[in-house]
Amino acid sequence: MQLYQISDLLLDIAFFLYVLSSVVFIVAMTGKNWAGRDPKQHEMRFGRIAYWMAVVGFIAQTGYVITRWVAGGHSPTSNMFEFMAFFDYCIILAYLIIYRIYKMTVIGAFVLPLGVIMLAYSYVFPKEITPLIPSLQSYWLHIHVTTAALGEGILAVGFAAGLMYLILTIPQKVATKSTRWLEVVLAVVLMLVGFILMESTFARMDQRTVFELTEQTTTPTGQVAPTKVEYTMPAIVAPANAKLIQEGPMSPWFTAPEWMEGKDAARKLNTMIWSVLSGLVLYGGLRLIFRKRLAAAIQPSLEGIDPELVDEISYRAISIGYPVFTLGALIFAMIWAHEAWGRFWGWDPKEVWALIVWLFYSAYLHLRLSRGWIGAKSAWMSVIGFVIILITLVVVNLVIAGLHSYAGV
Amino acid sequence: MDQRKCECGHTNPVGTLLCESCGKPLELDLTDKAAFPDMRYEGMARRSQTYTTTIVDRIWNTFSSVKVAIWIIVVILVASGVGTIFPQQQYIPVPVPTELDVERFYTDTYGILGTIFYQLGFHNMYSSWWFVLLLVLLGASLIICSLDRVIPLYKALNKPRLNQHKSFLKGQKLYAETKQPMDRSAEEILAQSAEALKKKGYYLFQTDRALLAEKGRFSRWGPYVNHIGLILFLIGVLMRSLPGFHLDEYVWVREGETVPIPETPYYVKNLGFKVEYYSEDEMVQKLDLKGGVIAKSYQTDAILYLNRNADTPGAKPDLVEVQSGPIIVNHPMKYEDIYLYQSGYQEMKLGALNFTLIDLKNGDKEVGPIKLDLYNPQEEIQVADGMKVRILDYFPDFAMGKDGKPITQTNLPKNPMFALEVLDERDAINEKLVYLQGSILTQKDNPRYGLKIEMPDLVDISGLNVRTDKALPLIFFGSFVFMIGVSMGFFWQHRRIWVQLQEGNVLIAGHTNKNWFGLRKEVQGMVEQTNLSVTLEDKTKA
Amino acid sequence: MNKKNRIYVRVAILGLLLVALVFALYSSFVKDPNAVKVGSTAPNFSLEQLNGPEMSLSDLKGKGVVLNFWGTWCEPCKAEMPALQQKYEALKDKGLVVVGVNIGEAPVTVEPFVKQMGVNFPILLDRNSQITKLYRIGPIPTTFFVSPDGKVEEIFIGQMNEAMIESKVAKILP
Repeated sequence: MQLYQISDLLLDIAFFLYVLSSVVFIVAMTGKNWAGRDPKQHEMRFGRIAYWMAVVGFIAQTGYVITRWVAGGHSPTSNMFEFMAFFDYCIILAYLIIYRIYKMTVIGAFVLPLGVIMLAYSYVFPKEITPLIPSLQSYWLHIHVTTAALGEGILAVGFAAGLMYLILTIPQKVATKSTRWLEVVLAVVLMLVGFILMESTFARMDQRTVFELTEQTTTPTGQVAPTKVEYTMPAIVAPANAKLIQEGPMSPWFTAPEWMEGKDAARKLNTMIWSVLSGLVLYGGLRLIFRKRLAAAIQPSLEGIDPELVDEISYRAISIGYPVFTLGALIFAMIWAHEAWGRFWGWDPKEVWALIVWLFYSAYLHLRLSRGWIGAKSAWMSVIGFVIILITLVVVNLVIAGLHSYAGV
Repeated sequence: MDQRKCECGHTNPVGTLLCESCGKPLELDLTDKAAFPDMRYEGMARRSQTYTTTIVDRIWNTFSSVKVAIWIIVVILVASGVGTIFPQQQYIPVPVPTELDVERFYTDTYGILGTIFYQLGFHNMYSSWWFVLLLVLLGASLIICSLDRVIPLYKALNKPRLNQHKSFLKGQKLYAETKQPMDRSAEEILAQSAEALKKKGYYLFQTDRALLAEKGRFSRWGPYVNHIGLILFLIGVLMRSLPGFHLDEYVWVREGETVPIPETPYYVKNLGFKVEYYSEDEMVQKLDLKGGVIAKSYQTDAILYLNRNADTPGAKPDLVEVQSGPIIVNHPMKYEDIYLYQSGYQEMKLGALNFTLIDLKNGDKEVGPIKLDLYNPQEEIQVADGMKVRILDYFPDFAMGKDGKPITQTNLPKNPMFALEVLDERDAINEKLVYLQGSILTQKDNPRYGLKIEMPDLVDISGLNVRTDKALPLIFFGSFVFMIGVSMGFFWQHRRIWVQLQEGNVLIAGHTNKNWFGLRKEVQGMVEQTNLSVTLEDKTKA
Repeated sequence: MNKKNRIYVRVAILGLLLVALVFALYSSFVKDPNAVKVGSTAPNFSLEQLNGPEMSLSDLKGKGVVLNFWGTWCEPCKAEMPALQQKYEALKDKGLVVVGVNIGEAPVTVEPFVKQMGVNFPILLDRNSQITKLYRIGPIPTTFFVSPDGKVEEIFIGQMNEAMIESKVAKILP
């Protein structure tokens, strides 16, 4: 067995353990009101089991990071798969640290599922170890990307705690603007889940839809040929002015508008439609099962938790994550940019979005420290902040290509 | 009214919230706990809030408001985001950006939204006057906010009040009160508390009836330090606009060529350029590259020269070598303030055409080689003894003009055409020949001399980015100071615990700027060690 | 701190900030402070002449100089050459010099072209485009009209006819 295969296996083990740990965490929270149980003891026992599962999973993922680093000869942060897996690793690490400080079981019930989603998302991208292209051959790759990922991981824990605070404190008796927005947030999380489910399911099925565009491109071997667009998901929307050359399982319902230019625009739109639809189906299904708002369904499991402590954990995570993020995503980034390109700042989309994340959390800190935005307002901001981080990590790379574009989906 | 008097007799400056002497809140209804003043400066007057008379004060006050600062941050944030919807002009693939081409690019690529983006000037957003204005406003806000708060903070931190008014202690989020135990004196209780807190690393201030324990005071300076870092950073950014502080030039250098670097007294020579690709056995896993390859390195071996005759541009240079070595991606060449970056390349471009002159009447005998340099052709080339070739015409990028005469479309040798004449020693014209698109045309039907086409010289052209950024040390120093500031502010906390004996009661209060969880644990620990029967109440839960 | 001092300090700080603002805005408007503009001194340079010795701009002090940047591949440059030649012939005794700066071409390309056009004003060879960059030349032909004391009186981008040259040259004759 090759080293990289061991590495893949270790990541699979970590993934499996995170899933298991999430399940046990959820049992720890929801099962405490089961008949004949002492709620405190139940939560403690299952919480401890889940925590140790997460620890073992983290060790396995550490093994993955080390073996992949050795096998590839560079830190596993050089493409989308590696980065998302590493980001996930940082989320779990941040969780373990926060847990050591606050010993609060319920945080795991939010962070671990988030970890599972992020790791599952990384599996969507090509997993091969590729050699480093010249622009990435710098020790700053290790320093800049790992520190930035760590900062973002800690901020993600701030988001998990913030979301928990909202579910815990927003009254669910009557529908308000807050309850509606909270449902929107949960639905968006489910859309991400839906995307991962759709992408991995369709990838395993033997189906492809291929369109030929009118524009020409040069292939790697130097021939000029019409551009081909290959859909891995069944086509709901076809590219404009394209010819279907390989039929998929379904025929497209409509054509993308003309102004959506670019080779992959229609394919991305198609993927987005699938994600939104599957997310809504998941959401609708869950609502049917619980017969109430999702947040209302989760709320009873959080009973007895001190909201102020949750608020503090969220703030604490952000106040630790903010300096780390600044160092990794901005300062180290500027030093590397200076070494690689000769300008420390170039308003490249990725740079701009890192700045936006930073400005946003700066605003968060000022509002919290100077204008007394604690509790719900601050929790909402932690949620929005994480959305901005996801835009920076995912949307910017996949939709707005710039200097940081990795090979991606 | 310029000053306000507390019931304890002390007169305080306008804007003071808590009496400077006894700590009693001024002008407040103490039954309303939510209205307890902000603890940040222990109720010291913040300068800006004290005067609002003149226009100068009004401007000052606007900038000193955190609310305004947050609005500036939010506006910059939103604008920055909008600027990434479509690429900025510097990232679009338009080779020679005339305004018309740029506009057409946005319209053709992104449709009506692209046109709007262009019309609003968002394609150059980050250097637009209004974006720069926003950044300067942010800088102004940073400076004035900091100046405005640093004095009250200094006062507050420098004279920690031991004896606080009971209403002050009661106003704290963490507060407990219990009867003084009969078996112990005030001194004993305070001594025990002091010992417990000292172990936790607190500094102690004591009188016979009051104890103030404090730690992490320096963390309160964090925000000022990080704001100073940001101000230095912004000054650095501003300095880049000073003449000579910032240079950004791009030069294309052929292999073997020496070119001047614009705006500098330097010349750079390209000794050779090479690209390396990964071989299959260097890859850990088999990859499906669809016939493509992955580049391993781009490298230009270069020499940097200083021109000692740089006073008159264009004059014959007097070059001295100052630096030499490879320029590799991520490893620029550095000399004094100047950096040279490997930034682009064009491989296998025509550099020179090679021919062999052939005597057709003499059994196709090879007379000698002819090299026609496409960038720097000599007028006359000695081919062999007594035989030379003279260039009559050279069109680097040949095309037929409207008037039927040959022209060149550019000054780059994309499609070279040469008209040559072969001469013997007496300059008697023997032959006229034309080279065009891989074939030789002759004037006569039955020529004596002909040309055999040999492999042409191919050269690589290296794109080098030349940059100087003299403000960089300040920019990175500012970043460093910022990091120190945020670390001070966020990784440490300012904690204060008051223990006082008043009217037979023990009063305990605590304050921190963050991490109440940690503070509560420490106060709890102290209470346990001193055996006081108090339960800590948390005000916010009431 | 009394009221007067306070106002002084605040005015001083706000003033500094205003200076920073003006400087920042100025730099964002004027992207290239070294660009050659109308009214500025034409930067001196020295170049090889086609079939002649090196020539510098400072040698031409006291004469009105028409500095024409051109290339053989540029149709409008070719089209305005005869007009330039005409004016040069007519006014060279009155202190006018026309200088053609060829952009980056080899003498074997330039010489036949110049002969064919019948041009006899000095042609300078800017082989590595150094002067072209110094003068920030974009589209060609671009022509600078330099007064006898070395000041740029006018910059014209595009093809000119005789009448246009005549009116512009009037401003720079000694």
